[in-house]
Amino acid sequence: MSTLPHPNHAPHAHSGVKVSRIMATVMLALTPATLFGFTLFGWPSILLWLVTVGACLVLEVACLRLAGRGGPKTLWDGSALLAGWLLAMTLPPFAPWWIGVLGAVATIVVAKHAYGGLGQNPFNPAMVGRVALLISFPLPMTTWVQPAPLFAAGSPSLIDSLHIIFSGTAVPDALTSATLLGHVKTEATRGVDALHAVMSLGADGSGLGWHAGSLGETGSLLVLAGGLFLLARRIITWHIPTSLLAGLALPAAIGHAVAPELYLSAGAHLTAGAAMLGAFFIATDLVTSPATSAGRLIFGFGCGLLTWVIRTFAGFPEGLAFAVLLMNAGVPLIDRYTRPRIYGHGQPAKAG
Amino acid sequence: MLAVATLPAWLQRSLIRWGVHPDDHKRPVADLPVERLPLPARLFLPLQQHVGAPARPVVKIGDPVLKGQLLAESAANISAPVHASTSGRIVDITTYPAPHPSGLEQPVMVLEPDGEDRWIDTSPPTDPFSLPPAEIGRIVSAAGVVGMGGATFPSAVKLALGLRVQVEILIVNGGECEPYLSCDDRLMRDDAEGVVDGIRLALHAIGAQEARVGIENNKPEAIAAMQQAAAPFPEVRIMPVPAQYPMGSDKQLIQVLTGREVPFDGRAADAGVLVHNVGTCHAIHQAVRLGRPLVERLVTVSGGAVERPRNLVAPIGATAQDLFDYCGGLASAPARVIMGGPMMGNPLATTASPVIKGTSGLLALTQEEVGEDDRAGPCIRCASCVSACPMNLLPLEMAAHIRSDDPDGAFHLGLNDCIGCGCCSYVCPSAIPLSHYFSYAKGALAANERSKLKSESIKKLTAARLERQEREAREKAEAAARRKAEREAAKARAAAQANAVTTKAATVDANA
Repeated sequence: MSTLPHPNHAPHAHSGVKVSRIMATVMLALTPATLFGFTLFGWPSILLWLVTVGACLVLEVACLRLAGRGGPKTLWDGSALLAGWLLAMTLPPFAPWWIGVLGAVATIVVAKHAYGGLGQNPFNPAMVGRVALLISFPLPMTTWVQPAPLFAAGSPSLIDSLHIIFSGTAVPDALTSATLLGHVKTEATRGVDALHAVMSLGADGSGLGWHAGSLGETGSLLVLAGGLFLLARRIITWHIPTSLLAGLALPAAIGHAVAPELYLSAGAHLTAGAAMLGAFFIATDLVTSPATSAGRLIFGFGCGLLTWVIRTFAGFPEGLAFAVLLMNAGVPLIDRYTRPRIYGHGQPAKAG
Repeated sequence: MLAVATLPAWLQRSLIRWGVHPDDHKRPVADLPVERLPLPARLFLPLQQHVGAPARPVVKIGDPVLKGQLLAESAANISAPVHASTSGRIVDITTYPAPHPSGLEQPVMVLEPDGEDRWIDTSPPTDPFSLPPAEIGRIVSAAGVVGMGGATFPSAVKLALGLRVQVEILIVNGGECEPYLSCDDRLMRDDAEGVVDGIRLALHAIGAQEARVGIENNKPEAIAAMQQAAAPFPEVRIMPVPAQYPMGSDKQLIQVLTGREVPFDGRAADAGVLVHNVGTCHAIHQAVRLGRPLVERLVTVSGGAVERPRNLVAPIGATAQDLFDYCGGLASAPARVIMGGPMMGNPLATTASPVIKGTSGLLALTQEEVGEDDRAGPCIRCASCVSACPMNLLPLEMAAHIRSDDPDGAFHLGLNDCIGCGCCSYVCPSAIPLSHYFSYAKGALAANERSKLKSESIKKLTAARLERQEREAREKAEAAARRKAEREAAKARAAAQANAVTTKAATVDANA
């Protein structure tokens, strides 16, 4: 008779999928758009990305230590790296270093660890970081630049970039520009209608466009490709991206059909701003989105619709971050009222 | 509702929106010929190998027995007899480690084989289809046949239920969705005629018109063999189904084969169906056609730690160690030794535990096969468990309730609908042992329920006692009052009499 190991409960097999692998896959999906952004905006964007992600990792370690849950394994689940990465994707590429650091504080300390760390946060950490920055520091958060590709004539060298990011040297005026959504918003206040505003910017919000914006919004098509990759790898399901884009495109298409001088077209909405990044990478954040398919459809549609409302009627040119945070607050309620019907039961499990 | 199995194969897979698809590890073992385990030195026959009451011994220590002889009889409505797995002598009736994670001892009969392996005289009926259906049930009951897929519910009880409620469809479970296991596959390949005959006998026993045999499409040889064997009998339909765990779960197989659901508060019969495993049908065939009780079964011995994995015919009562030894022993120290499949099987506390009627597999798994023993991480709400759950539950929410010591909250989310298939634990990226949580909470709920019943009955008894005491006191008081009244009445009468006498006397005096 041999002695056997301590008995464990079934199942005695595992799919092998781990949190760290999920996070790594998402980062892999983000890589093409990020690299495209780096080449488009050069050294300043690379430096800002490094600062933001680095600050997130340092703060994650500090918070885990404070909570007494330190250890390399918890850090290398990759969630802090991913949150920092997503935050960096939404920042103006020439923003000063402290934007990245303060954003990291809001993301990691306030939005994530104040609630108890991974899996406990009700609000999307990267979006909390972005919104905190946008409200607190409107000027650096809306100073966009024209693309200034790495090594191209006129783009800042590494030394210039260090100055821009770390010592607050003003971005050369020649480089500043506006995003499509920001431009339309500004022009509207001057009485210029949407059609003319789009034309005067010389951009139509094209996905792989040579236009101003954050890392996450310039490479919309690459973000879309990354999102499709996530779908194929079954990290996310189709529900949120589809319903979010529908929630954004439907009202936009109706508005544009009724009054094109007041409302941007659905195409412009879908490819401008953070629509693609939001649909595939932000709203689909596992922790802060609903667990049921029906819930995900409601959640995604709500995010899209609110984004359109904020973009169109509110003071901010881009509203996706606000929309996602508002819908995050509704997730427990959505989950409660979209419980699936259990096998063998006539009705879904009672909410309660 | 739609019966997925009746649709074209390419559609079936996409319509099944639950479950997981683990590596099946079935080959090459499934392709190797079955071997017979030589008789071990001793057989340990537990008196309880089935759901229900333990069997009651009818032989004594020292009695010589023949193969197939009744050793212990069915002791209740839901129970099953135990028979000798070979000829020999009963050398002990004692306790012995059960094939259970606890390794606790249970009553067994110890049989020492004489090596002759001599059967009892049998007299099977010549034409079982001319017998009344209930008679088939009686033969199956006497043969000690129980559910051989692992559920071990006495088969005759199910047949009787099927006959009573007149089920329409017999579902035959040839799914064998657990990885590694291939004993049902082998049985269907090697004796499809026997299995189909058993299916027809079961149909006769329950009076149903149609049998649907669900076989996962990862067993093409078994499907072909069964189709050939069932060709002369249009009432037996062989239906290939997608290989998707847990296809072999009763509720899921019923849904896929018929489009019906078993109501949460009912049984398969309430959906007009009855489910038997292919192994059980084969045992019914053996019992009715050959008069042979259930004394041996096919067991898959496999896993990375086994030297020569294969399917064995083993007598009931042989120990796990006997089977592993025959298969060349364990090549490396196993991380876990499992009875059953890796998704739902029980770990064994010791390899001394015997093979019982429900033992479909004995697996010695390496650490690599089991996966790293990760400590559970935080739930990231990825909802993989929600997509995997074949019952449409929300495992992540039930687990949150159980973690905060609220099994009732989990109950309201459908804890008791959980079939324990383990899909949620299998997919969880944070390695949260969800199905372990649910087993724990079901136990806690059952314990709560028992203590509630107990306290209710105590309350009732206390109330009855108080009432009785009050009644007795009242009766005593009434009796005392009555006696007092009687005494006083008597006194009054006596006084009245005395008075009367005195008055009379006075009158007499006066008259005088």
